[in-house]
Amino acid sequence: MLAVEGRGSVADAGWHETLIEVFKGAGISLVTYVPDNVLRPLIDGVHADPYFNVVPTTREEEAVGIASGSIMAGVNAAVLMQTSGLATLANVLASLPSVYQIPVVMVVSERGVLGEFNRGQALVAKTMRPILDSAGVDHCTIRRGDELRFMAERTILQALYTRTPAALILSPLLTGGKTIKK
Amino acid sequence: MQQETSTSAGLMNRFEVTKRIVGMLKAEEAVIGGIGNTNFDLWATGQRPQNFYMLGSMGLAFPIALGVALAQPERNVVALEGDGSLLMQVGCLATIAMVAPTNLKMIVFDNGMYQITGGQKAATGFGADLIAMARGAGLAECAWAADENDLEEKFARALATPGPFLIGVPTDGKKAVATTDRDPPRLRESFMRGIGAK
Repeated sequence: MLAVEGRGSVADAGWHETLIEVFKGAGISLVTYVPDNVLRPLIDGVHADPYFNVVPTTREEEAVGIASGSIMAGVNAAVLMQTSGLATLANVLASLPSVYQIPVVMVVSERGVLGEFNRGQALVAKTMRPILDSAGVDHCTIRRGDELRFMAERTILQALYTRTPAALILSPLLTGGKTIKK
Repeated sequence: MQQETSTSAGLMNRFEVTKRIVGMLKAEEAVIGGIGNTNFDLWATGQRPQNFYMLGSMGLAFPIALGVALAQPERNVVALEGDGSLLMQVGCLATIAMVAPTNLKMIVFDNGMYQITGGQKAATGFGADLIAMARGAGLAECAWAADENDLEEKFARALATPGPFLIGVPTDGKKAVATTDRDPPRLRESFMRGIGAK
């Protein structure tokens, strides 16, 4: 019997707490998401913290729409999703946050690399950065706990300054990712 | 186009209904106009600074309006959407019912077709009932308007009563009467100033 575990051993155990602090520093108080096992501690963290208004959605497109509305109305917002969710977003990213210049911040847990067990996930992962690049979304991949705060803070700051959507891609090197265990 | 599910009464015109709805707004309510003819007709009613015109992301008028409503809970937010768009993002009805924003008032224009792409019949033209689907999603306050007067009564009650509302408008097949300017940064900038977010 194979068991699927949410977190591996090469991880920064406090990555989600750091991201919550960074969100607060950037005034991001609305968080929308489509569930993901790797992001579970971050999702649990924002649900447990009264600073955040948290909206689970049925699709990532919907989550980007809610975040865009919130930002235009003066409240910064983040969208949490997994790699396969990002792959559903090409049209929405190009036609809403990019062209309307709405700095939606996305946090994407990276799947499909470093020990992936599902070929579909491995393939969809290859679409992620080309989608972000061609849709005009800035992105960075965060691999190390000691670089997390600086990279997340500065990437979000740049998104807000330049009115450009941005994605923080969280590598399995940071979160442990999702592995299959015998 | 024949309306088989929404009402036995006559069909309403999107521009005329939009004009009536906008005319009832007295408190700088935000209005989000969905893709295509929906925001074209909103544009044609005069460019209120509190209007947002969504040009490309089909299906996201209600989610965008939900985001505005959550960020500014003291302001009523009106969302205008078409039946094809709502079918595309119909899960948002369940999200809205779950979040239950007190200040979100939604209108769906149902002409039973994808008008802007050549009038292909939509599932709503074959019997899909968006108001029944909304009720199934958990939205308690949703109903078809029978005619323009009924629509005004229902919309007035929605504006005055806390909670999310959805009003279905059986809509005729007439085209939009104008076209929105294609300048997204200016549209966003104007909207943000209009609702005091900039």
